[in-house]
Amino acid sequence: MLDTLKGPIQAVQDFYELTGRAIRNVLRKPHYVDDILLQMESIGVGSVPIILLTGFFSGAVMAMQMGRGLQDYGQTGRTGQFVSIILVRELGPVLTGVMVAGRNSSGIASELGSMKVTEQIDAMRALGTDPIQKLVTPRMIATALMLPCLTIIDDFVGMIGGGIMAKVLFAVPPRQYWSTVWRALAWNDVAQGLTKPFVYSFAVSLIGCYYGLRATGGTQGVGRATTQAVVWASIAIFILDFFMGRIFLGISQIGQ
Amino acid sequence: MAEPMTPPVPEISPPVSGQQPSLLRFEEVSVAFGAEPPVLDRLSFNVRHGETRIILGAAGSGKTVLLKTAMGLIHPVSGRVFLFDEDVTDKAETELFNIRSKIGMLFQESALFDSMTVAQNVAYPLLNQKAIALPRDQMEPAVRKSLSFVELEQTMEKYPSELSGGMRRRVAIARAVVTNPPLLLYDSPTAGLDPITAHTIMALIVKERDANSTTALVVTHRYQDGNLVANFRYNSNSGRLDPTGPQGTNTIFMVMKEGRLVFEGNQTELEACRDSYVTKFVKRPELEAA
Repeated sequence: MLDTLKGPIQAVQDFYELTGRAIRNVLRKPHYVDDILLQMESIGVGSVPIILLTGFFSGAVMAMQMGRGLQDYGQTGRTGQFVSIILVRELGPVLTGVMVAGRNSSGIASELGSMKVTEQIDAMRALGTDPIQKLVTPRMIATALMLPCLTIIDDFVGMIGGGIMAKVLFAVPPRQYWSTVWRALAWNDVAQGLTKPFVYSFAVSLIGCYYGLRATGGTQGVGRATTQAVVWASIAIFILDFFMGRIFLGISQIGQ
Repeated sequence: MAEPMTPPVPEISPPVSGQQPSLLRFEEVSVAFGAEPPVLDRLSFNVRHGETRIILGAAGSGKTVLLKTAMGLIHPVSGRVFLFDEDVTDKAETELFNIRSKIGMLFQESALFDSMTVAQNVAYPLLNQKAIALPRDQMEPAVRKSLSFVELEQTMEKYPSELSGGMRRRVAIARAVVTNPPLLLYDSPTAGLDPITAHTIMALIVKERDANSTTALVVTHRYQDGNLVANFRYNSNSGRLDPTGPQGTNTIFMVMKEGRLVFEGNQTELEACRDSYVTKFVKRPELEAA
């Protein structure tokens, strides 16, 4: 029994050690600003097309389903309110997190995994560079900066998608739609909608880095690391979402 | 035209009582991963300045682990590792950076950074090793000089993926020697190369040893690599390798088996050894005939 638990406990310990060192490096020199900008371009700008597509269609689908339900009560005019709250509080952060995990945790794991199995990580250490400072910290900072931005884009595009569907299917005037969208949002929703992707960003980047840096066994090992990174980053997002949702719910109850 | 500036040559402590200073010393070093049998088993040896050590052994005998342990990339579970007479066994990663700047390493698969050009790869240690601290304007001449040493000056702007296996190995040698390290570690420099390219790579290793008086550990499973290093010297006038015989070079052979050192001695002693494992790595005329 103890032997079975040894592996997962060791993995958790290694992950926390990596996280600790990556965060500590934020304040330490040297700062690889070029690498941060490069990763922001790759993780942030590179993810915009998929975020636009998923955001638009998730908003459209939500408006379609919500409007149908609200139609029974003659409340289609409130479609914007539901789309807005669900997108900003839950669907936007989670969907963006999962999409970026699929695209970037895998990308990070395969890139670092390839470097590991071809001894480039060892070469980096031999040539005077801390791989965590050079590779992990810039990816962590870039994801932490870009994921909230991508979530804002996702939310906004989702609202546009919802608005189009509300107009086409339920004849909700755009002015009314956008008015309900705007009025439905409280500061707590916005805070929740931006804090969540910030927290998820650490799961996305660090899980990708963790599996990449422990890849062994050639190309097969890199493939395995990539799959594990996507799976665990996605699972971590859902677990974090549950706990953060609970925390924000608690905060809003205290406020009432 | 003025000679381009080169990185400062790291200092080596002066010899004590006529003996050359020790550059690398293993004292009963063992390395193990998890519950597996040890990869290095109580290994002890001492590499002195000016020596070239040829490390022979079958795949999995611990040759690469030995080099990585020497470099501080792998920490031993027991024993002590000394680099330049300094105990580095328990040093933290950041503390090791300074001492690593005195060592050049050629990795088995070259380990060039894919995302960087050849010039950026060669400049990497100059830019990142704090102990080197070469002014930026002297960076390019140093890179150019190092690449011309391996006769690949024309590839500066190319990416590693555009080069052949042999060229990548030569660029990796240029990167290893660009800081003028007194100690060089070569991990299977000829593995996977055709005989002509393998000879070119070994000739570069001999050239580096003789032109810059460096100490080296060369891991290989090819006896002819060791034979070339032990019996030839680089002639700077003709640019060729001249035969000298084993007495002309300070070459010591080491044979490893399952993490243990089973032989240590010069070429004559190696060829005289009758151990069945050791003889597998030696090409002798009578064995060839048999």
